[in-house]
Amino acid sequence: MDFALTQDQRLMQESVNGALGRLCPLPRVREFAGGGEAVARDVWSGLTKLGVPGLLIGEDHGGVGLALLDAALVAEALGAHVAPTPFLGSAVIAPLAIMSAGSAAQKSAWLPKLAAGEALAGVAIGEAVSGARGGAGVKARDGRLSGSTLFAIDAAEADILIVADNVGGLHLVEAAAPGLVAIDLPTIDLTRRLSELTFDDTPAEPLVSGDAAATLGALRDAAWTMLAADMLGASGAMLDKAVAYAKERRQFGRLIGSFQAVKHLCAEMAAELEPCRALVWYAAHAASALPAEASLAAAHAKAHLSEVSRFVARTATEVHGGIGFTDLLGLHYWFKRVGVGRQLLGGPERVRHLAAEMQGLAAA
Amino acid sequence: MDLAYGPEHLAFEAEVASFLERHRDRWPPAIGASREQVLAWQRLLIDNGYAARTIAKAYGGHGAKPDILASRIIAEQFARAGAPGALANQGISMLVPTLLEMGTEEQKRRWVAPTLAGEVVWCQGYSEPGAGSDLASLRTHAFEDGDDFVINGQKIWTSTAAQADMIFCLVRTEADAAKHAGISYLIFSMKTPGIEVRPLKTMTGRAEFNEVFFTDVRVPRTQVVGARGEGWRVANATLKHERGMLGDPGAAEARLAAIIQLMRQETVDGERLIDNLILRDRLMRLQARVMAMKYHGLRLVSAQLSGESPGLAALVVKLQGCEINHQLAALAIDALGELGVLYGGGARLRDHGAWQQRYMFDLGLIIGGGTAQIQKNIIAERGLGLPREPKTVEG
Repeated sequence: MDFALTQDQRLMQESVNGALGRLCPLPRVREFAGGGEAVARDVWSGLTKLGVPGLLIGEDHGGVGLALLDAALVAEALGAHVAPTPFLGSAVIAPLAIMSAGSAAQKSAWLPKLAAGEALAGVAIGEAVSGARGGAGVKARDGRLSGSTLFAIDAAEADILIVADNVGGLHLVEAAAPGLVAIDLPTIDLTRRLSELTFDDTPAEPLVSGDAAATLGALRDAAWTMLAADMLGASGAMLDKAVAYAKERRQFGRLIGSFQAVKHLCAEMAAELEPCRALVWYAAHAASALPAEASLAAAHAKAHLSEVSRFVARTATEVHGGIGFTDLLGLHYWFKRVGVGRQLLGGPERVRHLAAEMQGLAAA
Repeated sequence: MDLAYGPEHLAFEAEVASFLERHRDRWPPAIGASREQVLAWQRLLIDNGYAARTIAKAYGGHGAKPDILASRIIAEQFARAGAPGALANQGISMLVPTLLEMGTEEQKRRWVAPTLAGEVVWCQGYSEPGAGSDLASLRTHAFEDGDDFVINGQKIWTSTAAQADMIFCLVRTEADAAKHAGISYLIFSMKTPGIEVRPLKTMTGRAEFNEVFFTDVRVPRTQVVGARGEGWRVANATLKHERGMLGDPGAAEARLAAIIQLMRQETVDGERLIDNLILRDRLMRLQARVMAMKYHGLRLVSAQLSGESPGLAALVVKLQGCEINHQLAALAIDALGELGVLYGGGARLRDHGAWQQRYMFDLGLIIGGGTAQIQKNIIAERGLGLPREPKTVEG
């Protein structure tokens, strides 16, 4: 029995974190957040050199063939650096969708390009996972889609989109397809691009291999786990920054970290956050090794990290005092990353309801 | 990452399961077991390596090599079978490791085996009315008279003092030494003249603790563990063992399962409690926390196996574990509503009043063994490297 990262996984964490430190320091994040780019091509191309886009894609299609736990470690690093990347859509959800439900032709058309970072993919499964808001919904008929979907992830400048229709069927849509319009949905978090997509009799290829409900479930679990890992990284970074600040800021002639009022805030953040790491690892590990437990673990990872990260984000800001509230320090990028991660694909109340359903504790 | 056991441990798992099945007739009953039944079961467990597993045979243990996974498998299999576990008392969990680490050969040979066997019961004499979180300010003192120490003072929060044969006790022996340097760790019989035990009734309505008063209690000077004046260091070794004891994810998991059961059975206006959206949301929220602590435990075990220091990860266990247990009890009470406040007896009482009892007793656990605030200091200072509070004038 071994519930620890391997040497290879630790090395990968180090190299991804190192690369992100060079590729997107805060000024680069700020530049991206200023608008004008849909995708930070330089960041993605730097990560491509490390094999990140092809992490989950099999070697037969030019990828690295690693597991969801490895992807979770990357997601954690991305959250820690508030990195603007199309990782969730292009490197996780689209590859998983095509690998599990795509035809041989779809696989060979898209997986090598995704693995090489040459194609980008967005994902629009929000209504199917966590319910339709604002009357959104996509209808599929005879290979064509109509309607709209909100909060599509990484759809800006994507080459393909993975779209769930209103009965849970999955489709692959080329971004250039007629009748497809994408509108930016700017949120508090300017490190991520979210979109509203409308379809008007837009041609779409169905992704129909295997059990559609199982595929959608696996995509949902993977997305929840990645968002949980991203929040783990982002709130972990906020805790580190708060602790570092408490060790250098002096008031009343003392380091503020020597005041119990401040040190207990830091201890509470650490006590809440530290066990979350194991929960995220477990959810990611379960996706490949313990399928019967995967959905519940993913749901709890998503919901629990949403709660803990919100607490850490506000508390770490508070430890910084006034400077934490300024744009200059930039702590707010992490705060907002967590704020959006919490709501995407279901806020914690919604996800906990789904967790109860999975166990037969709530009527479906 | 691989959560499966290897062939050797799978074989061990089968062996433990089979042992428990074969000896089902020897299990002491959950309620009303006789002392003989309990001690015989303990003997059988030690002989088979399911208790005192890694303690040398010379000291009454089983003499197996340390194997964290084997210990885990034993705990898992006993829980799964619902079998009564090995004796777990302060003598076994705290005094024995301390003696093995710091005791003289003679102390080890005299006390470890009968303690493990359950023949000698110990209590812990640490806290005093004026020395709680600031334990080192304790005032129970001893002066030398011939070959003896003569002890005067008072201890509090001494569980099992009324049943205990022996006490391990912190006493100020060096009157002129600095606060932490003047303490010795003494072991002596609770039958010694001059000891008075008074039960300490708590908010639960029971006396889970006692006060112990010492009036001219004579203890041979040889009964010091470690050196004279070294008691603080010896005690800290013991406290380390206690803090590991107070966060058990298995207990939280069992509580969670019991609450799910309760919420499926009980109704309000014919609606099952589990169908109440707010209560169910609280349940799910706690389930996530229980799961996180369970997997966190796996992470700690793995870190120990590979010889890594778990650092911060280990320091949060007591704080989180006690808090989650307390919140579980609170949920059960809230779910039961008016039924949740019944206590003491009667046909309407649910689960023998255990939820109220736990809700109150767990608050004691949050305070005891290092209060939540002391735990936060430890997490912040040792785990995160934050500066210590500046020392004020010695009070």
